[in-house]
Amino acid sequence: MYLLLLLPDWLQKWLDDIGEQFILNFVKDDRYMYIVKGLGTTLEVTFFAVLLGIALGVICAIIRSTYDKCITDMRRGVGKVVLSFTNALINLYLTVIRGTPVVVQLMIAYFVIFSSSKNKVLVAILAFGINSGAYVAEIIRSGIMSIDNGQFEAGRSLGFNYVQTMAYIVIPQAFKNVLPALANEFIVLLKETSVSGYIGLEDMTKGGDIIRSRTYSAFMPLLAVAAIYLIIVIFFSKLVSLLERRLRNSER
Amino acid sequence: MSDNDTQHLIQVNDLKKYYNGGDIKALDGVTLNIDKGEVVVIIGPSGSGKSTLLRSLNLLERPTSGSIFFEGVDITSPKTNINKLRMKMGMVFQHFNLFPHMTILQNMVIAPKKLLGMNAEEAEKKARELLGKVALSDRADAYPNQLSGGQKQRIAIVRALCMSPDVLLFDEPTSALDPEMVGEVLDVMKDLAREGMTMAVVTHEMGFAREVASRVIFMDAGKIVVEDTPENIFGNPENERLRTFLAKVL
Repeated sequence: MYLLLLLPDWLQKWLDDIGEQFILNFVKDDRYMYIVKGLGTTLEVTFFAVLLGIALGVICAIIRSTYDKCITDMRRGVGKVVLSFTNALINLYLTVIRGTPVVVQLMIAYFVIFSSSKNKVLVAILAFGINSGAYVAEIIRSGIMSIDNGQFEAGRSLGFNYVQTMAYIVIPQAFKNVLPALANEFIVLLKETSVSGYIGLEDMTKGGDIIRSRTYSAFMPLLAVAAIYLIIVIFFSKLVSLLERRLRNSER
Repeated sequence: MSDNDTQHLIQVNDLKKYYNGGDIKALDGVTLNIDKGEVVVIIGPSGSGKSTLLRSLNLLERPTSGSIFFEGVDITSPKTNINKLRMKMGMVFQHFNLFPHMTILQNMVIAPKKLLGMNAEEAEKKARELLGKVALSDRADAYPNQLSGGQKQRIAIVRALCMSPDVLLFDEPTSALDPEMVGEVLDVMKDLAREGMTMAVVTHEMGFAREVASRVIFMDAGKIVVEDTPENIFGNPENERLRTFLAKVL
């Protein structure tokens, strides 16, 4: 009690009100449901965007590194033209996506490209997935490039074709090398979905913000939202470090 | 090729490999035959093109011009399915190139299972047999990083053997090894030679060349300078460049 006497007035008052505040922000009118539903949306968007991002990223990374590795050795012909063209297309995709803010991309997706669609969740998944794919592509490509060319040659010398060598030998090792960077990308993606409110999608951040606008008290709803993000990220990081350890165990 | 008596296992005709549009001539017109059961050892100073030649034989290096016939098929032709032919040409690398994310056994069975359609049981039986031959049966479930250099190279050899190749290509197989491990790898190679395996070996191990080779090829500046029996090469070399080279390495 002695300690409390030293606290500034506003804090003391707030502490006295804490129970009342909690009820006002979360219990009254079932306002906690804004956050629960929002969390569901956030996780849904993140999960499917991650899947889309990995798919796009792996494909782009393989095409880009195939171009880097093989283009000088290729004979003239249709294959070479197609590969050069796809590679240029992917470079354009990477440059545009990585050179513009994700919020702007999200708004362009919703208000311009899919302006006829009412499905905000789907648009968000597409926008964040396409955005994440660009970063994942560069992460995976760096992983592929980090694998010694001898691994590739060993695979080819046994009779595996290019795709088989990639699938059985190069990608599994590359994936292990870039796991920390990939995990980081997904943590960033989870937090980036918090701008979904710009297209009126009620994700968790928007949910907290709605509560704030109803109750005129910002502290509790926003801190609750922050805490939930933090808990998810910590849980996910733990999971990744467990996976990393398991993958490493197999080697030493 | 109806006349089987004159068909060589590998036939290299006027092979050239240029870099930088001809500034660097790694191979400058190499013609060479390798017959079944032969052990051909390729020696020469570094940069003489011997590794490039060996790596051209299974098209890891794509030649600028010339042709390479393997079992009567031109492997440099765009129509040839090089993957099919590579299954019959095993390769052993200087740096082993075992797959670090797989156990020794997995390293050995992946190619026969995926490429030859062997079932797991069959492939493992063969792999374990071969492991026994190189005295590494107890390491089947180890990972490559747990092995010594000599052990890794012995595994690399039997991994290639799992595909039952018609020829084995060795690219400086002992150059990355500690001196005390060279012997164990050479012993495995000698056993293979004795069993009649066709081998092309790029090496600096002159003792091995003298003892095992059926033919020794001395290369310099992208060309074959001398091609002869080991007795003549090491006994009384007439060629000046070969003499200088041998004086340095022996």
